[in-house]
Amino acid sequence: MAKPAVELVGVTKRFGDDVIAVNGIDLVVNDGEFFSLLGPSGCGKTTTLRMIAGFEFPTEGSIRVHGAEMGLKPPNQRPINTVFQSYALFPHMSVVENVAFGLNMKKVEKSEIQRRVARVLDQVQLSKRADARPSQLSGGMQQRVALARALVNEPEVLLLDEPLGALDLKLRQAMEVELKDLQSRVGITFIYVTHDQEEALTMSDRIGVMNEGSLLQVGPSQEIYERPTSRFVADFIGDINLLDITVSGPNLARLGTGVEIGIPGSDVQTGGLLTLALRPERLELYDLDEEIPAGHNRVKVRVARRLYFGDVYFYDVDAGIGTEIEVKEENRPGVDLYDVGEEAYLVWSPEAANLVVR
Amino acid sequence: MTTPAATTKRDETRAATPELEQAAERAEARRGLFISLPAYVYLVVLFVIPLVLVFVYSFATRDATGQTVLEDWNLDSYKRLFTPIVLEIFLRSLVLAVITTLICLAVSYPFAFYIATRSSRFRSLLLVLVMIPFWSNFLVRTYAWRVILGSEGPVSQLSVALGGEPIRLLFTNAAVLIGLVYGFMPFMVLPLYAALERMDWRLVEAARDLYADGWTAFRKVTFPLSMPGVVAGSILVFIPSLGAYVTPALLGGANTVLMGDYIVSQFLAARNWPFGSALSFAVMFVMLLATVFYFRAGAKTL
Repeated sequence: MAKPAVELVGVTKRFGDDVIAVNGIDLVVNDGEFFSLLGPSGCGKTTTLRMIAGFEFPTEGSIRVHGAEMGLKPPNQRPINTVFQSYALFPHMSVVENVAFGLNMKKVEKSEIQRRVARVLDQVQLSKRADARPSQLSGGMQQRVALARALVNEPEVLLLDEPLGALDLKLRQAMEVELKDLQSRVGITFIYVTHDQEEALTMSDRIGVMNEGSLLQVGPSQEIYERPTSRFVADFIGDINLLDITVSGPNLARLGTGVEIGIPGSDVQTGGLLTLALRPERLELYDLDEEIPAGHNRVKVRVARRLYFGDVYFYDVDAGIGTEIEVKEENRPGVDLYDVGEEAYLVWSPEAANLVVR
Repeated sequence: MTTPAATTKRDETRAATPELEQAAERAEARRGLFISLPAYVYLVVLFVIPLVLVFVYSFATRDATGQTVLEDWNLDSYKRLFTPIVLEIFLRSLVLAVITTLICLAVSYPFAFYIATRSSRFRSLLLVLVMIPFWSNFLVRTYAWRVILGSEGPVSQLSVALGGEPIRLLFTNAAVLIGLVYGFMPFMVLPLYAALERMDWRLVEAARDLYADGWTAFRKVTFPLSMPGVVAGSILVFIPSLGAYVTPALLGGANTVLMGDYIVSQFLAARNWPFGSALSFAVMFVMLLATVFYFRAGAKTL
């Protein structure tokens, strides 16, 4: 299987003359990968998914599945199945009939259908509800029927369109784990569309972040989170502080207050304007008389707010740059607490920050 | 979140002051009765009482002059239902009503589908077009068909122009069928439209995704899910077709007597009220049977 599971080459989708839903996307999804398309609503991720499924056709560009050009092939001729956002279970059919639908369409032998449906229902733990109608099932069960209905066909690629969106938090978290386990067990390529960054980070091997029809960054979860290459990606995924800086020398920059700090290496010349992206958990507060680790940045701040979250404390600190900076400290035994109004040093390693275009 | 607390409180209240609770329930029942009163009055005065009268008359006898006398109650009128002439008229009516329903369904379904899948503005326009015929009197419109289908009418002229014989459709079963299909078509289109308009098209996408081609997706998903519309439309067309009077009277001939005309002729020309009443009941019974059967069949697919 040298060929990638799905390949998008210069895929653009226009609706009418002035709406560009998807703007020249190039993407390679590897075989057996759990890939997520992440972005805010209206970013074009669902349109992209629908083009892969065959419900929409690209205005420009080409989509290949394991090397085979999809062109104008209708959905029923693609080796792809979809788990729909609303599940789209057939209300007039029982669970078994829903799950067997695809195999019946492919004219698989009856005994084979029975065997495969029974096995997949067992996998999603719905054997006992096989004869129920979808309306008699809970949201979580409907979700699993939708999954079983797609997986039973053993597609080359499974598309999932925000499948967990309708579930409550507890169930969603349980399903995230279940989905991930299922995917590594069956080994089918998953393309998962979501606006929930946590979901994407938890489950994906790689993530593609989309905004306004463009694919901004593609990479493993950690890379997307730790090394965002654009302001949008940095801001969209997780909590982050975005500080405007002016480059003042090699690996040096000034904050708005004029305080000089160390920054990661960059090819931006002195005087260049950039934004520094700093995760709250990479920041620490130190007493004014405490020793600072060598090579770390240190900025004097005043604590404006302290929020208790049980496992962590959030501090909003004022460094005199207009916006407050958020600091996340773990609630460990013996941790130093800072009170509102207290002065402290904000400390971080230059390498913990990311530079993005302003 | 507040439900358990609310229930407890309610239970306490009931335990403490059962009279209050009962009074509230009585008031609720009074309000219900008040709201439904016009409907009940309407049904009793205009439906139940006449129906009982017809039922009573169907067992009455006629004296020597043909007057109906309400004595010597008997089943003669019902026995007459099973004579060959009645059965023939009934069978003809039934076949015509079934064919009318099937043609209406076949023509209306694609049309309703078309309307339901248009943009909402165009949709309203099309719906108004469906209802425009109702703006003029049904009798007038049926008379128009007499002109269209007559031996001098456009259909006939077209046939002559194409080098054929003049066609006279008027006073044939075909004319009655055309009239019935024309008259009842909107009653099929509207419920079908309502059913298709509510359709969740993502289900059709799901079917396509699961390897069904367009036609199969329609057969397995769209059509079964539009069954409520099919059932409602079919009943709305079948029942008036079975009892139709105006259309067969104006467009049909002597050989095409249908149940509707036949009943009317019993009350007017033959002045045989008991038999006319029995005929009416027989038709109603068949309609009821057909409706129940059809609803059952329709409900099964859902």
